[in-house]
Amino acid sequence: MHPLLTRNRLGYYLLSWIPLAVILIFVMAAGGNLSWLESSIIVIPLCGVYAFICLSAWYTAKSASIQRESALRFIVVHSMAAFLISAFWTALGWALVTALSRTPSFQGLNQRFSRQAPILFAAGYLLYLLSVASQYVILSLEASREAEARVMETNILAREAELKALKVQINPHFLFNSLNSISALTSIDPSRARDMCVLLGDFLRMTLGLGEKDLVRFSEELELLQKYLAIEKIRFGERLIMRETIQAESKSCLLPPLLLQPLIENAVKHGIAGLPEGGEVRLSCHRQDGRLDIVVENSWDPDAPPRRSGGLGLKNVQQRLEARYGKDANLRVNTEGPFFRVMLSIPAEGEERS
Amino acid sequence: MTSSQQKRWRALIVDDEELARHIIRELLQPHTEIEVVAECANGFEAVKACAEHRPDLIFLDVQMPKLTGFDVLELIGEDASVIFVTAFDQYAMRAFEVHAVDYLLKPIGKKRFEEALERAKSRLGEKTPSAQKLADSARPPQQFLERVVVKDGTRVTLIPIAKLDYVEAQDDYVALASQGKKHLKQQTIASLEACLDPNCFVRIHRSYIVNLERVVRIEPYGKDSRLAILSDGARLPVSRTGYARLQSLLDEHK
Repeated sequence: MHPLLTRNRLGYYLLSWIPLAVILIFVMAAGGNLSWLESSIIVIPLCGVYAFICLSAWYTAKSASIQRESALRFIVVHSMAAFLISAFWTALGWALVTALSRTPSFQGLNQRFSRQAPILFAAGYLLYLLSVASQYVILSLEASREAEARVMETNILAREAELKALKVQINPHFLFNSLNSISALTSIDPSRARDMCVLLGDFLRMTLGLGEKDLVRFSEELELLQKYLAIEKIRFGERLIMRETIQAESKSCLLPPLLLQPLIENAVKHGIAGLPEGGEVRLSCHRQDGRLDIVVENSWDPDAPPRRSGGLGLKNVQQRLEARYGKDANLRVNTEGPFFRVMLSIPAEGEERS
Repeated sequence: MTSSQQKRWRALIVDDEELARHIIRELLQPHTEIEVVAECANGFEAVKACAEHRPDLIFLDVQMPKLTGFDVLELIGEDASVIFVTAFDQYAMRAFEVHAVDYLLKPIGKKRFEEALERAKSRLGEKTPSAQKLADSARPPQQFLERVVVKDGTRVTLIPIAKLDYVEAQDDYVALASQGKKHLKQQTIASLEACLDPNCFVRIHRSYIVNLERVVRIEPYGKDSRLAILSDGARLPVSRTGYARLQSLLDEHK
């Protein structure tokens, strides 16, 4: 849609043509060949028409972007267009003058106009280029406004994703089941019950603490994951086997807090918990060539009915990655073979030391 | 505590977590009138143990791998009193509310446990609400079956809905055809039809429901009736109203 073709804007646009028309009347009359009246009678309708013709500059401006086109092509395109359109305009002027000179009061007008015609042509040429220039200004204003809106939108999305991430953190199932395990341990093995209370306390404290930060070291997130898995290990016993392959250099990397926790939680909740014999949760992490690659894998039951939550956790992780890294991060899910695999790659931030 | 005329109850504990089973065992210890006949770590074991031990009382966890507590209930029928045990499940809650079977929330407290036990005992011998109904109402609203559980003796088969070819009514049973095999289940064809997605399954005949994806073509057969030919070669009768249903569904798919 043409940006000037709304009701309000079109009015202002046409108003801005009035001073241009006044200047042109003055220029045309200044040569002495035309009277003020004659100049006005010719220029006013011509400017009225030209105001609309110049609106077409928006389409050429839009198709020939300043950034994309070469300078030469850019100049050639617009001067050609200006030449053709101004020629057409001058021809319109001729037609008007010829018609007028048939009437008794304007006899001989066409001869007097012929000397001023090149001025009209030049004015048309310049006016067209002027409107091209103003279209470019409008286009760039729009682009910057759009960019601003996009930045705002990403910020809001990022905030929302963070909020959601914090909300889903303390999963009621996990909490109630853990309390039940503690309750069982109090009579079987009181010291293990105490250990589990401490683990659960640590886990909750870390979840709350990490959630407040913008970025955390991978080693901190890892500690949280280990606490989480230690708690689940008490619940699931032999059914849960954990394997970690953590490259030492990756531990200093920075990443958004609680990014991996939902992935590990999913691996237990939807993977291990669905298998009567249990299985493995594997976490591997590598820093290489400026990227941090993380893989979370778990045994799973491919025949299990689809999750009721529809992969909410995964979607949330994806949103957070997008908000934080844009196209620099990617998240892939691979379900081939016996393992459900989530692969995550983000730019490695933070100093490279082990 | 035990008096001479008191009956001994046989109880079954079903939970995939050893610690959770332990709590129930411990809470049952003072009740010498109750004997724990078996503990099961999953639904398959539970179905088997039910057939073997015929328990009076079952403590049944809702969230378990493969077979959920509701699947187990659907398979074992209505003879035993069931006390559900769950951490947190809104749909399960709904089923409890509707049918007033007792339930325990984890972590399980002693007082609440005793109450549930009293209630279950007072109901023992009474018939619990139909297991099928209970399982149906535990399903989230507006969601169709994702799989059918079938029991053959003590063997349990899960049929994912996508692998169900057609269903044939046989008196009080339905025969579920899947991958060349037929599985019998005690359910009416109408109640099964109500749980299937009407966009995928069509009642083509008083006694037949077919998976639309399996239909290869329809052939005329005698006057006023037709045959549906399925991709595995099976031929099913199609009634006049069934044919109309089939056609309107196929028109929608176009």
